[in-house]
This record gives sequence, C-alpha cells and structure tokens, in this order.
Amino acid sequence: MNFRWEWEVFLRDTGGGESYLDWMISAWGWTLAVSALAWLLALVLGSAVGTLRTVPSAWVARLASAWVELFRNIPLLVQIFLWYHVIPALVPPLKEVPGFALVVFALGLFTSARVAEQVRAGIQSLSRGQQAAGLALGLSLPQAYRFVLLPMALRIVIPPLTSESMNIIKNSSVAFAVSVSELTLFALQAQEETARGIEVYLAVTGLYVASAFTVNRAMTWIEARVRVPGQAAPERR
Amino acid sequence: MIEIRNVSKWFGAFQVLKDCSARVDKGEVVVVCGPSGSGKSTLIKCVNALEPIQEGEITVAGIPVTDPKTDLPKLRAKVGMVFQHFELFPHLSIMQNLTLAQVRVLRRTREEANEKALKLLDRVGLRDQAQKFPGQLSGGQQQRVAIARALAMDPLAMLFDEPTSALDPEMINEVLDVMVELAHEGMTMMCVTHEMGFARKVAHRVVFMDGGEIVEDASKEDFFGKPRSERAQLFLSKILQH
Ligand SMILES: Nc1ncnc2c1ncn2[C@@H]1O[C@H](COP(=O)(O)OP(=O)(O)O)[C@@H](O)[C@H]1O
Ligand SMILES: [Mg+2]
Repeated sequence: MNFRWEWEVFLRDTGGGESYLDWMISAWGWTLAVSALAWLLALVLGSAVGTLRTVPSAWVARLASAWVELFRNIPLLVQIFLWYHVIPALVPPLKEVPGFALVVFALGLFTSARVAEQVRAGIQSLSRGQQAAGLALGLSLPQAYRFVLLPMALRIVIPPLTSESMNIIKNSSVAFAVSVSELTLFALQAQEETARGIEVYLAVTGLYVASAFTVNRAMTWIEARVRVPGQAAPERR
Repeated sequence: MIEIRNVSKWFGAFQVLKDCSARVDKGEVVVVCGPSGSGKSTLIKCVNALEPIQEGEITVAGIPVTDPKTDLPKLRAKVGMVFQHFELFPHLSIMQNLTLAQVRVLRRTREEANEKALKLLDRVGLRDQAQKFPGQLSGGQQQRVAIARALAMDPLAMLFDEPTSALDPEMINEVLDVMVELAHEGMTMMCVTHEMGFARKVAHRVVFMDGGEIVEDASKEDFFGKPRSERAQLFLSKILQH
C-alpha cells in the first residue's frame, strides 16, 4: 500500500489568510452553535407542547398533537428549504433573517416535536394518582404540573432526550444545504479544494464523535445529579 | 359536613354510581365497604370533585362541590385525602411533601410550614425521617407520612380510600393506630376500608355498597348485629372469615 497520510493539509492556507485548521475549528463552532440553540428551542417548545398534549382540555391537546404531527412528519431537509425559500417569499420581512437563524428555527421546531413526544410519554407514565394527590391538596392544575408531574416526568425522559440531543448534532449537518458554514459544508468544500478527502473526513468525523460523546457524558452527569434518592437507577439502554 | 344526595355517575355508557345518598356529620366516622368494583373509590373521589358527577348534588361544609362556580382548589385544600398507593411525591423529601401545599396553597411562610410539618411527623412517629425521600421508607411509613401531609392542611374532614390494602400485613396496624387516634380526636372521616376491626372500634356508621348502589347505611351496631340485606351478610361472612 502506498498511501501516505498528509495531515499537514490542515496547515495549508485556504487562500483567505487562514489555515484549513482555523476554518475547521470555526465550522465546528457553527455546528455547535446551531445545535445548542436549536436544542434550547426544542427543549422549551417540546416540554410545553408535550405537557399540553396531556391536559384535560380537548382542543388544546388536539392543537398540540397537530404541532407534533406537522413537524415530525415532514423530512428535516424539506423543512429547512421551506424556512429558507418558501416562508420568506410569503413573509417578506423574513428575507432579512440570516440563514443561521432559519436553520436554528427549522431544526429546533423539528426536534421540539420529538421532545414533545418524549415528555408526553413521561407524564403519562406517572400514576394517575400523582395528579389526583396534587389536586387533592388544593394545588391548581398548573401547580400540580409544575411541582408534582413535570419534575418527575422530566427526570424520566432524560435517557431518551440524551439520544435526541445527540441526534440534533448529527442533524445540524443539513445546515450545509443553506450554506451555513458548519462542519459538513467545510468537509465538502475542503476536500474539493485540497483533494485530501480522507484526512478531511476523518477529522470531521472525529469532531462529530467527540461532540456527541461530550453531550452524552453531560446528560449522564445531569441524570445522576437529579436522581431521586431511594429510587432504583433507571436501566441504561 | 359531607352530604351526598342522589348522585349518579357514568363512565361512558357504564353507570358506576346509581342514585347514591349518604352523609357524614361533623365528628362522625363513616366506614364505606363493599366488593371490589362496587364504586367505593369513585364515590369518595366525587366528594372532593376529583371525579365529576352527572346527576345529584354533593356539599362539603355547606359548599356545593358540583357548582361550577365553586373554587375547587380552595375546597379541596379543606378536605384531606389518603390514597391506597400513598401517592407521596417521590422527588420531594418527606419535609417537602408536607410543606409544598402549605406554602403554595395556604400561603404559609416556610417557618410556619416547617413547624407544622415537624409537629405532625412527631405525631405519626416519623420525625427522624424528615429529611429522607419517600422511596427510602417502608409502605407503612409512607402511608403515615401521607396522612400527616393531609393533616398539615388543617382539613375539616378526611377521606381515606383503602389506606391499608396495599400494605404488608405487619404494617397495617401502625397506620390504623394513627387513624384510630384521629377518630378519637373527633376528626370527621369517610373511610373506604375492609378493616372491620377498625370499623368496630371507631365507626359511627357503616355504608355498604354493591354494584354502584348504596345497599345499606346503618349504625355500626345494626350493621354488625344484623345486616338487613343478604348481599351485606354475604360480604361480611366472606371478609370476616380471615
Ligand atoms: N376512569 C374510569 N373509566 C372507566 N371505568 C372506570 C374508571 N374508574 C373506575 N371504573 C369502573 O368503575 C367501577 C367502580 O370502580 P371503583 O370505584 O374503583 O370501585 P371500588 O373502589 O369499589 O373497587 C369498576 O367497574 C371500574 O372498572
Ligand atoms: Mg377502590
């Protein structure tokens, strides 16, 4: 085999005064930024929508279900294009919004539907007696959710949310489709310019894996932090 | 204190409660018994509107529970409820279980709430467990905490739904003892239970339900002396065998 590694490729100048390494690091930053902001949006919206799916009011629950079905059943890439091409055409002021923000919205809403499903399942896995006990003490329904149901439900959904939070990093790669300068776009362009696809893709893969691993550790740490004393540790999948 | 008048309730097409009427006067202990599935839990949950009813009327301390204008959280805060499966909040310490509603519903200060909680934990013999979590206590201890949690709200009346039937036999008495003491202090109590020893000791009246109907509503003496209905006789002979 006469293949020769050429890791020095990362020290080459891109022609713009920075090295490919600099470019890759900044692309990694974009990947993390898109993922983190989209994740924040997904958590907030997903928890709210998932909660609303379990309330007694039929039309609120139906509206929340519609949200989930809408964002879960349209392919992510199509959603990105909708946000990027179609919606700004219908709502002209959105033309000023940078692609980065549109991607955050698209990815955040897409993931919120998946988070909502987990949160709903978490709430419904609690015994019905828990809500009854809260109400019987005189708590209002919102108070029962806030102090009784959600604290337990959110603990229960940490393991499935861990995989969602890793998915969001992988899914952020679709941002390349609307020219956000993140890792996947970097990989595509850098391998073309340098003809060193192997090194470029290996490095990018390494960064994706490292990011996902870090997120996984962080979630595990959180899970251990909020574990309820006296309750068996949940089984890990 | 509690008045149930001609209450009927349906789950879909299935009628769980059929024209039920009963009352619990102030300071009275009424035991509700009957075969499984006869509607006892449903009836007791209607008293604090955890279950809606379709016909009839229920009042607690003169407040109409079924009136849509009634402030339900306020009413429920005045009626303590103890569940078969305890329903302590697992993520909260025993202290927090006892203070949550005192602070959030009654607007007591933390200090007031803590003081009250400790007093009640003392009373059920669990002061030393105050900082533990529900999952770290035995079933009997958890149920005593649940009673203390309800008492922390200074309720006008207490509802019990089979408070001992999920317990191991050796833990039943520690819970019954607390309930007996409560009865002796004059608490108004409506208890769904099959503990006939408890009924004999403290009940004023016994209500027997079967198939969604109140078949018998008799003084304790009459009920244990000579149940008038065949169904109650059959039920009694079955549960008194063991
Ligand atoms: N939420 C519900 N939906 C439909 N049927 C119910 C519901 N809760 C109870 N039931 C039915 O109502 C009947 C009475 O139940 P319940 O009040 O729990 O009886 P008990 O406490 O006397 O055992 C049972 O046949 C039960 O299956
Ligand atoms: Mg029952």
